[in-house]
Amino acid sequence: MITEEQTSQAVAEILGRYRKEKKNLIPLLQEVQTRLGYLPKRALQEIADFLKMSDVEVWGVATFYNQFRFIPLGKYHTMVCMGTACHLAGGRLILEALERELGIKVGETAKDGNFSLERVACIGCCMLAPVAVIKDKIHAKMTPFKVEEALIPYKQEAQGRLEEGKSRSQS
Amino acid sequence: MTLKEIASNAKSEWEALQKGSYILIGTATCGRAAGALDVVDAFNSGLARQGLRVPIVQVGCMGLCYAEPLVTISKPGSLRVVYSNVSPEMVPRLVEGYVAGDDPCLELALGTLEGGGGEAVYIPELPRFEHELRLILHRCGYSDPENMNHYIANGGYGGLEKALDTSAEKIIGELQKSGLRGRGGAGFPTHLKWEQCRRARSTPKYVICNADEGDPGAFMDRVILESDPHQVIEGMIIAGYAVGAEQGYVYVRAEYPLAIERIKIALKQAEEVGLLGDNVLGSSFGFHIEIAAGAGAFVSGEATALVAAMEGRRSEPRPRPPRLSEAGLWHKPTLLNNVKTFAYVPMIIERGGDWFASVGTEGSKGTAMFTLAGRVVNSGLTEVPMGTTLRKLVYDIGGGIAKDRRFKAVQIGGPSGGCLPEALLNIPIDYDSLRQAGSMMGSGGMIVMDENNCMVDAARFFLDFSTKESCGKCTMCRLGTVQMLHILEDITAGRGKTEDIDFILTLAEDVKAGSLCGLGQTAPNPVLTTLRYFRDEYEAHILEKRCPAGVCPELTLYYILPDRCDRACEHCILTCPTEAIKGEKGKVKVIDQEKCSKCGTCLEVCPPEYNAVVKLSPVSSLPASNVSPKEAKK
Repeated sequence: MITEEQTSQAVAEILGRYRKEKKNLIPLLQEVQTRLGYLPKRALQEIADFLKMSDVEVWGVATFYNQFRFIPLGKYHTMVCMGTACHLAGGRLILEALERELGIKVGETAKDGNFSLERVACIGCCMLAPVAVIKDKIHAKMTPFKVEEALIPYKQEAQGRLEEGKSRSQS
Repeated sequence: MTLKEIASNAKSEWEALQKGSYILIGTATCGRAAGALDVVDAFNSGLARQGLRVPIVQVGCMGLCYAEPLVTISKPGSLRVVYSNVSPEMVPRLVEGYVAGDDPCLELALGTLEGGGGEAVYIPELPRFEHELRLILHRCGYSDPENMNHYIANGGYGGLEKALDTSAEKIIGELQKSGLRGRGGAGFPTHLKWEQCRRARSTPKYVICNADEGDPGAFMDRVILESDPHQVIEGMIIAGYAVGAEQGYVYVRAEYPLAIERIKIALKQAEEVGLLGDNVLGSSFGFHIEIAAGAGAFVSGEATALVAAMEGRRSEPRPRPPRLSEAGLWHKPTLLNNVKTFAYVPMIIERGGDWFASVGTEGSKGTAMFTLAGRVVNSGLTEVPMGTTLRKLVYDIGGGIAKDRRFKAVQIGGPSGGCLPEALLNIPIDYDSLRQAGSMMGSGGMIVMDENNCMVDAARFFLDFSTKESCGKCTMCRLGTVQMLHILEDITAGRGKTEDIDFILTLAEDVKAGSLCGLGQTAPNPVLTTLRYFRDEYEAHILEKRCPAGVCPELTLYYILPDRCDRACEHCILTCPTEAIKGEKGKVKVIDQEKCSKCGTCLEVCPPEYNAVVKLSPVSSLPASNVSPKEAKK
């Protein structure tokens, strides 16, 4: 998690480059999210103050658009394409398989912060349907069976980091 | 600088490239998804190993998405050969064989771009190219989108040069002659929009390019921006000159990072030589373009909603009039056109409106671009003259239905469009024919469905999308679509009632009538067309609780035929993701219906010599022999 001070510092730095104009709201939200990975409440409040808008108005705009997130993503962010071609090729089954394998529901981030799962409308590679994206890597022509396999390297990496952390704290 | 000076530099660069060998690699998003960047790396190291200095040009998309990554090797005096589905492992062979040597490796090739390759396929003679006419796409895949000189050396910005010597009235007159209609989907005559904006008295005026392509399954705009962005920029500058605007914006989805990057590069290059700026090509006309990244809302594709988003508000449409040409961005006259519409403008100015009007049908001129996806063999992007039949698109260009299954429907226009059955495959593609059939041109996404797709489920899918993307302003769109969705969910879950169909038809009309913008007005189309052409499927779901295609999970189950199951084989047990299949060695496998997620993996993996797994619908048809393992133990 990002602390409130870190949030304020990052937001202040970004705000410094913008004029106090309402039309800058969406670019501001986009830039803050790119920097922090999501939009913490504190950041939204500070953007509202900067633009002399009410918190509610900013919240209303931010929640309107699909791009904005209000919880941090996992280290291995996973997206399942739910576009038409992927749906027809069984995208729902891929989503269900990922929910099962990761133990989280769509829209959630796992408690350990490793995985998060999201459904997206279309990533535009319909010829590879159904498609899942794990940590920016596109996995084409997925099947529920291949989901387990595709997750192995990431799960191992997460496990490795966990053990490394443990041994470091012991020594 | 004059265009002549810019073009002479560009031409010498282009000619120098053509004199030697070079390699084209498609690295648009689709190519990248298929691994094109690894192929680029492999070529770099392969060439280095051989000590060869052959330029690699990263190009956009040729439209043959099924064959990505695509590589073209061009050698002076030899055939240009296109290789498909190239993997890094194939690269050393291509480098040694054809770049360094004289073996064109035709066994790995999709075909050649020149005739005389002996037995190799001559690509322009592939059946699909007989029907295609590439006006917008003709440079895509052959020229470097990040190098403006490639565009200019091939005639780019000639339309702008000509336009600057022409009066605004005459430019709009050419557009009128051309019969160009807006390619965003609704088909409003382009010249009328331009004329209204030109006549508006208030200043400043704005030009906006709508690249908020939100329709799931459509990616033409992305491909154009990633593969040949300058033609869109050129069209926008001409528009600015014709309507009297000095500022343009490209409103593009943030989900298209590569497209954004490539427009940025293109804008910078155009500014550097004075194609954009205070004095376009040394004239007194000034024009600037900026990028506005959309934050993801399907409704933003609607013109007034897009303007709201650019102003920093929630992307909600407003009633018209006033039209955008009177009061658009910041209440100033605004011209808003789709990416493809702008892309046609330079060629219309250069070659004349009459030339453009000679292509297409009476009411729909020029070409239409479609992305073809779903159950066709060759998915990808295509550009055909208006009036081409759906059948040619699906069978000749798309190569027909994959796995020899039976065609069921083609869905055109995404959530706003409709599903058309086989009986309508001979209708010509144009704005009016498609509308009459209950569908629409829309943005040009075309998804082919086969016998294994359920039409009720497809309608439910599109409606689900529309409910999620409804901005919530109009009651009928916000609540009416949700009500329709609930009914469809009931039907697909086996809870449908006979009166549902009539109710949904009434509701659909109300949603259409009670919605302000295109999203709500067209959201019922997928439901209405599937009801019109595939009513039997709805009735099967409602009356027999049966899903004919075996898609709806609540109405379908998988069953292993005991007399066909080879008892020693364990393919299904080993691959079942929910471990729902039980069966000891030498015994018949049985699916635990409670654990089964109905993914169909067992059906896929059961060896064809046994073919023991079947899909059953309705669920009441499950034979009593399919006892659960628990009961079997008793």
